[in-house]
Amino acid sequence: MKNFMALFATPVQRVTGILAIVTLYVTLANGLLPPDSFLYVSDYSVTLLGKYLCYALLALSVDLVWGYCGILSLGHGAFFALGGYAMGMYLMRQIGDRGVYGNADLPDFMVFLNWDVLPWFWAGSDSFIWMVVMVVLAPGLLAYIFGVMAFRSRVSGVYLSIMTQAMTYALLLAFFRNEMGFGGNNGLTDFKDILGYSLQSGSTRLSLFIITAVVLWLAFFICNRIVNSKAGKIVMAIRDAENRSRFVGYNTASYKVALFTFSAVLAGIAGALYVPQVGIINPGEFSPINSIEMVIWVAIGGRGTLYGAIVGALVVSYAKTRFTAIMPEAWLFALGGLFVLVTLLLPKGLVGLWPTLKAKAQQLWPKTKEQAL
Amino acid sequence: MKQQASVMGATENLVPDTRHGVILYMENVSVSFDGFKALNDLNLYINDGELRCLIGANGAGKTTLMDVITGKTRPDQGKVNFGQQIDLLKLNEAEIAQAGIGRKFQKPTVFEALSVYENLYLSLKMDKGIWCSLWHKLNGEQKDDIERILATIGLTEQRHGLAGNLSHGQKQWLEIGMLLAAKPRVLLVDEPVAGMTLQETERTAELLTSLAGEHSVVVVEHDMSFVRSIARTVTVLHQGSVLAEGTMAQIQSHPDVKRVYLGEEST
Repeated sequence: MKNFMALFATPVQRVTGILAIVTLYVTLANGLLPPDSFLYVSDYSVTLLGKYLCYALLALSVDLVWGYCGILSLGHGAFFALGGYAMGMYLMRQIGDRGVYGNADLPDFMVFLNWDVLPWFWAGSDSFIWMVVMVVLAPGLLAYIFGVMAFRSRVSGVYLSIMTQAMTYALLLAFFRNEMGFGGNNGLTDFKDILGYSLQSGSTRLSLFIITAVVLWLAFFICNRIVNSKAGKIVMAIRDAENRSRFVGYNTASYKVALFTFSAVLAGIAGALYVPQVGIINPGEFSPINSIEMVIWVAIGGRGTLYGAIVGALVVSYAKTRFTAIMPEAWLFALGGLFVLVTLLLPKGLVGLWPTLKAKAQQLWPKTKEQAL
Repeated sequence: MKQQASVMGATENLVPDTRHGVILYMENVSVSFDGFKALNDLNLYINDGELRCLIGANGAGKTTLMDVITGKTRPDQGKVNFGQQIDLLKLNEAEIAQAGIGRKFQKPTVFEALSVYENLYLSLKMDKGIWCSLWHKLNGEQKDDIERILATIGLTEQRHGLAGNLSHGQKQWLEIGMLLAAKPRVLLVDEPVAGMTLQETERTAELLTSLAGEHSVVVVEHDMSFVRSIARTVTVLHQGSVLAEGTMAQIQSHPDVKRVYLGEEST
């Protein structure tokens, strides 16, 4: 037992262990158990879990820039959505002539708009490889350009947050327009299959869930390596004393741009994994409130810890699923209340709760003993 | 990124040319903020390896002078050279730091969330690009450097503690240690003994005098007894330009200095 617990000593081992156990259990329970068993995991639950893991990956990317570099991005939803749209375009093209209008070359919404050729930016979207490239490139490039402009001009703090929020809002408005060529208001949906596998089948859904779990683990591992490297220390130094870091000889703007871009790519990958599991991507994903919710996940879980971000995303998403089923209109109040409570009472988030309680208990115990004597 | 790396590489190879014995040249430097002349046609030369004290009343331009040298403030006019050939006005803060000019701020600024050891590690003279930092491992020589500096600044025991938990005086030393780790040619030190106890002040005086020779040290300080204890050459700034320069005794008997400091200030 002790040996077994030792496997969970460090955060990396804990995340690895728990992810592995959950993935293995879900795989076995979904694949082998009969549907009427108590331990059975339905296809619906598999997809729901996959969705949560995408959120966890997204939260991880927010924590990397916010928790470690103090860049409070209120626009990470934009990178998530761009990755999602890149995947959505590929999935749209996979429908082929099975759409309502039966047009083999054009997605339904284009036929509906009386377009006769694919817009230039849809070129190559039927290739899986191109899609993967775009999932990385679209959010990465946007973040890079945004980062260069903002960080070179030394914009920081609340001004930067407002700019990121404005960025995602601008994209929301742009993607709402039919002329943009991304399906306007309705977005991209009615996907049929990915790489020839039907998105409706249980095995595809399970595979997507497993892939998401593996990608999340990989991303966590890489982020952990980054924050523990010398570069990670520099990033923290920039967070706490940017001027000092400059006078020590670091080009702080390049570090911020690099970290922000990497984080945006992670968010984009999360979006790409999210879309085939939920079956739709629309401009709503760009809405500012989504980006704020991501920040709340990280704050609730515990910023600056990486695994805290994962915990926060999972806990809040699960609570949201439950809450919105019972009292949909109360959810935003519950979320807001939770945020206020956590900020006031748990500055280190949920993952900071345990060490705090332990310290409190140690403080209290000797006292009560003395009193008893 | 690549372009950046090559620029940084270039500054690393630049060694200031000090054949004339001067490491810092400031000629006809003027800086004004909204009409207020913080520096007014200032001329200042710092010799290689000397310990120079800058004194002057508030607003005399001491901190602005340091800002100009380290690239934080750009002068309206004038020339600032590191050695004979390196034009500091063409470099940014990070490049100036890498070229070999270290700065200690008035308020001690260390990286509070990092350990003392990590603070020194980040300050070591080395390639400061991202790619290198991602994979960097300390080698034996660098570890020795850190150990030596820890001993010099008397923080060997606190090496693994957070810098944020150090006392005020210890933070000041850590910051000096961080400067040393970068192996600079010039150290700009802004009010090193502000808020220090008498003992700490004495140790700091020893530390700074021992650094001169190998480095050129420029100290800005208000504490006159401290200045007297370390200074060989003192420069008095007044209203953005040099009022007098010389040994402490010369300064104290200088008619202009007497006039300004004994209240007969001309408008």
